[in-house]
Amino acid sequence: MVVDSFKFLPRSFRPLYEGRGPFPGEEAPVWTPFGKRLAGSRIALLTSAGIYLKRSQPPFEIEREKMHPEWGDPSWRAVPESSQPAGIGVAHLHINDEDLLADPEIALPAGLLKQFADEGVVGGSVTEHVSVMGYQDRSLGDWRSTTAPQLVAHLQGQGADGLVLAPV
Amino acid sequence: MPVLARWIEAAGIPTVVVTMMPATAEERRAPRIAGVEFPFGHPFGMPNNRDMQRGVLGLALRVLAGASAFGTRVDLDVEWPVPVREAYRSWQPKEPSPIVKKMLEARQQ
Repeated sequence: MVVDSFKFLPRSFRPLYEGRGPFPGEEAPVWTPFGKRLAGSRIALLTSAGIYLKRSQPPFEIEREKMHPEWGDPSWRAVPESSQPAGIGVAHLHINDEDLLADPEIALPAGLLKQFADEGVVGGSVTEHVSVMGYQDRSLGDWRSTTAPQLVAHLQGQGADGLVLAPV
Repeated sequence: MPVLARWIEAAGIPTVVVTMMPATAEERRAPRIAGVEFPFGHPFGMPNNRDMQRGVLGLALRVLAGASAFGTRVDLDVEWPVPVREAYRSWQPKEPSPIVKKMLEARQQ
């Protein structure tokens, strides 16, 4: 079965995504072999749902986006694997957040990954997963210059052998 | 997001993108892709449906660890258990996003 990539997208948005090709300069293949066995690997998760910790982190800047609709907050948050759903907030203006708040695992399955580690499917989970807010300025300038290098350093520091990214 | 995956992959960490728009992730040249036919906001499935979420994360991990070449894409054969029209309506924000609001205003002028 092949997924219909546009099943849930408003028809008028389709040309924004279909047939646009790669971003300039991003045509060439990039590849890092997955060298280890999954059962011996530490896995990290990355969500673009705009998840943050309500008690200790600022939300993504949605007020600024309301003033400047082409802009999206390029920063990121570290989300501990042990975070409880009740402590998680969502700052994202492009999706309905009700289901996400009811069960953040639909975007960041940290509890399920931990379960996989307990079952021996994976070797382990990183201590801190990663959250970004996926609506970004088209040039992706801040993500390229600042966020991506910070994420790489964070993931390397966490000993991540592989990363599962899930755009919302 | 596929571009972010590319940058992280290029820095030496293997990646897989779980996405409801796998065709777009292919166009954007993501290294590994797991496709799901789910409404936006729900890449791992329905809230509190652990079996569905297991299916997605399990597939993502198999693609991450088992793909042998750049551009590998595997789609999950699971149908969203809500009528399309209802699911289409319910993933959308209660208020249009700022950019959609701006586009709608421009269209009216």
